[in-house]
Amino acid sequence: MTSNENTHLQSYRELILVVIALLALTGLTVMVSRLDLGRLRVAVSLSIAAVKAGLVLLFFMHMKDSGRLIAVTFLATVLTVTILITFIFLDLPYR
Amino acid sequence: MPDEPSFYTTPSSENLKGIWAWLLTTDHKRIGVMYMGVVFFWFIIGMFLGLLVRTELMSVNSTILDAQGYNAAFTLHGVIMIFLFIIPGMPAIFGNFILPIQIGAEDVFFPRLNLLSWYLYVTGGILAIVSLFAKGAPDTGWTFYVPFSVTTHTGVTLTVFAVFILGISTLLTGINFITTVHRLRRNDMGWGQIPLFTWSIYATAWVQILATPVIGVTMLVVVFERLFGIGLFDPARGGDPLLYQHLFWMYSHPAVYIMILPGMGIISEIFAIFSRKAIFGYKVIVASTMAIAIFGSLVWAHHMFASGMSDLAVMVFSFLTYLVAIPSAVKVFNWVSTMYKGSIKITPPLLFALCFIYLFTVGGLTGLVLGSAGTNIHVHDTHFVVGHFHFVMLGGAGFAFFGGLHLWWPKIFGRMYNFRRAYIGTLMLTMGFMMHYTPMFILGIEGMPRRYYTYLPQFQPMNFFAGIGAYIMVAGIMLILFNLLYSFRDGEKADGDPWGGTTLEWATPSPPPLKNFTARPFITDYPYDFTVQPRFWKTPDKEGKA
Amino acid sequence: MTHRDDIGARYGMWLFLYTEIMLFSGLFVLYAGYYYQYTSYFIEGGKEMDLFIGTLNTAILIISSFMVATSVAAMKRGSKKTVLILLGIAILLGFVFLFNKYLEWSHKFGEGIFPGSDTLINGPHGRIIFFGLYFTLTGLHALHVTVGIIALTVCVIFTKKGAISAERVTILDNVGLYWHLVDLIWIFLFPLFYLIL
Repeated sequence: MTSNENTHLQSYRELILVVIALLALTGLTVMVSRLDLGRLRVAVSLSIAAVKAGLVLLFFMHMKDSGRLIAVTFLATVLTVTILITFIFLDLPYR
Repeated sequence: MPDEPSFYTTPSSENLKGIWAWLLTTDHKRIGVMYMGVVFFWFIIGMFLGLLVRTELMSVNSTILDAQGYNAAFTLHGVIMIFLFIIPGMPAIFGNFILPIQIGAEDVFFPRLNLLSWYLYVTGGILAIVSLFAKGAPDTGWTFYVPFSVTTHTGVTLTVFAVFILGISTLLTGINFITTVHRLRRNDMGWGQIPLFTWSIYATAWVQILATPVIGVTMLVVVFERLFGIGLFDPARGGDPLLYQHLFWMYSHPAVYIMILPGMGIISEIFAIFSRKAIFGYKVIVASTMAIAIFGSLVWAHHMFASGMSDLAVMVFSFLTYLVAIPSAVKVFNWVSTMYKGSIKITPPLLFALCFIYLFTVGGLTGLVLGSAGTNIHVHDTHFVVGHFHFVMLGGAGFAFFGGLHLWWPKIFGRMYNFRRAYIGTLMLTMGFMMHYTPMFILGIEGMPRRYYTYLPQFQPMNFFAGIGAYIMVAGIMLILFNLLYSFRDGEKADGDPWGGTTLEWATPSPPPLKNFTARPFITDYPYDFTVQPRFWKTPDKEGKA
Repeated sequence: MTHRDDIGARYGMWLFLYTEIMLFSGLFVLYAGYYYQYTSYFIEGGKEMDLFIGTLNTAILIISSFMVATSVAAMKRGSKKTVLILLGIAILLGFVFLFNKYLEWSHKFGEGIFPGSDTLINGPHGRIIFFGLYFTLTGLHALHVTVGIIALTVCVIFTKKGAISAERVTILDNVGLYWHLVDLIWIFLFPLFYLIL
C-alpha cells in the first residue's frame, strides 16, 4: 500500500485569499441581516453560511485533494442530516 | 491450548506479561475474546432479569416482584440486552476477531483505538451497574421516554450517561472497521471478493457512525434536562416530547439494523459453507445489505404511530417501512436458494441458521402487521410488539449470534464442541422460544398491554404457558453455553478448516497466530468457490510470503 | 502498525468528523423543529444577542482556522519556527473566543437568564426553548473549542520534539481538520442565534 503523499503544497496566497473571502462573507451576512427580507432571511443567511462552509471544506480541509471516497461520504453525511431535518417536517406542520 | 504458537501464547508486545498481556493488548483477536467474556456476563444477567419478569407474569397478582421492582427489572433487561448485548455483540466479538482475517489483514487499522473501545464498553457497563444502586434502579423502560424520564426520581441520569459512553464505544469500533476494510484489505482482493460477513459489518459500521451520535446528543440533552431544567423536552416549559421520540428513534431504529445486519452476514457464511455451494446471488446480497442499511435509516417514526404524530407522517413512514421488507425478503430467498441442490451437511451452525430463517420470517411478517398504520393502532404497545421484536431480536439476531458462535468457536479457541449436546440445546431453545413468544401474539391481539406487572385474569393461562416456555428456553441456552465451555475439557482439537470453508479465516491455523497467517493465502476470484481443491490453506503460496 | 498509512489515518479522522457532524445535527433537528413552532420568539431572542461579540467571535475562529491551515502548509515546507508561531496565535485566538463566550454567558446570567432560572421559567415557552438551545449548542461547541485547544497544544509540543515534521504532518493535519470542523459548526451557529433578527 503506497500512501504517504506530502507532495501537494498549498500556496500561502490561496489561503490568504480564502480567509479574506471568509471575513468578507461574514461582513456581508451581518449587513444582509439588517435588511428587511421577510421570510427569505433564514434562507439567505444559511446560504451564505453554506458558501463559507464550502470554502473551509475545499481549501482549509483540502477536500479537493482528498480523493473521491471522502467527498462522497461527506456528501452522504450531509444528505443524512438533510433527510433527518426534512422528515421532521412531515410531522410538525400537519399535526 | 494447542502446541503450535497461537495468539494466546504470543502477546502483542513482548514486554506484556500475565494479565497485562490481555488488558493492554492491541491484538484484535484478544480484544475480541475480551469482548466475548464481558458480553456473556451481561447476557446472562439480562437473561435472568427477563426470566424474573416472566416468572412474575406467570400469575396475575404480584408474587416475586412488586410494581416498582417489575418496572426496574424490565428496564434493566431492555437496557442490558440492547445496549450491552446485541448492539456490541456481533460487531465487537466476531467483527473484531474475524473481519481482519477475512480480508487478509494483520490487525485492525487503529489497534489502540480498538482497545479504548473495549474500555469504554466496560466503563459504560460499570456505570449502568452503579446507576442501579446510586439512586434506585431506573424504571423508564429502555426507551427513556420523556417527560417521565425527566421527572422520575430513580437514577436515570447515570443510566442515560452510560448509554452515551456505550455509544462512543460503538462508533469508535465503526470508524475502525470502515478504515480497516478500505486500507488494510489485501490489495488483490477487490470489492466483489469480500466475504459477506465483512460486507455486513461494513454496512453496519456506516449505520453506527451516522446514527449513534444522534442518540448520544439526545441522551446528553436528557441529562442536561435532569440537571439544569433546560426545558427542551419538558412540555411544561414548551418542549415537545414528540421531538424526543423522533430523535430517539432516528438512532434506535437504525440500531435494530446494527443488531440484525451482522447476523445476516453470519447466516450467509453458514449457508454457503454447509451447502458446499456458491452463495446464491452474492451481488444481490451485498446490494440488499446496503439497501437495508440505507432504507432502515428512513423509517424511524413507525414506532410513533400512536403518539399523536401527523397523519401524513404516519402514511409516509408506513410506506417506507414496507420498502425495508423487500431487501430483507430478498435475502431469505437467497439463503433458501443456496441450499437448493447443494450437498447439505447438518451441523449445529446450520441448525441455528435454519431456525433463524423460520423465526426471522415470522418476526419480519409480524413486523409488517406493526408497520401498517391501521393494524398498528390496534396492537400498539401490546404484547404483540413484545412478541414481534423478540422474534426478530432473539429469533433473528440472537440465533445468528449463536450460529456464529458455533461456526467460529473452533477457529477462536481451537477446540470442537460436542455436536449432540449442541443439537439438544438448540432444539430446547427453539421449542422454548416458540412456546414463550407465540402466545404473546395472541395475548397482544386480545389486548394485553406490555410493561405492566399485572393483567386481566383471562390472560392467566396463556401467560403461565409462556412462562414455562421461558424456563425451557433458558435451560437450552445454559446447555449450549455449558457445552461450549466443556469443549475445553473434552473437545477434540480443531484444525484450521474444520468445516471446509473457503474464506480466509479458514486459511490459517486454529487458533490463529499473532499476525493471523503462517503463509500468504491465495485469494480466489470468488469468495465462495468450493471447487478449489485441496483446501488452499494447506498448500500455501510459498512465493508470495506475507 | 508496521507501516505508515497517512491516507488511512485521514479516513479515520474524517469518519470521526462525520460523527461530530451527526452529534450536532441532532440539536439542529431540535432547532429546526422549535424554530418552526416558536418563530417569533426566536426572532426576539436573536435580537437580545450581542451581535458585536458574535461577529467578533466568528472572525476570530475563521482567522484561527486560517492560522492552522497555514501552519500545515508551512510544516510541509519544513519551516518549523513559522509553524510554532502560527499555532501559538491559533491557540491564543481559541482562548480569546472562549473568553468572549464567557463574557456573553455571564452577561446573560447577570440578567437572570440561565437554564432553569426563574426569569426564564415564568416567561413564555418560546423564550425558554430559544435560550435552552442557545446554551446547549454554544456550550457543546465551547467544549469542542476546549478540546481543540488541547489538541493544538499537543501539536506544539510534538513539533518542538520533532514528532511532527515535514515528513510526518499527519497528526497536525488531522488536528487541523478537527479545528476547521469546530469553525465550520460555528459558521452555522452564528446565523442561527445572532442573525435571525
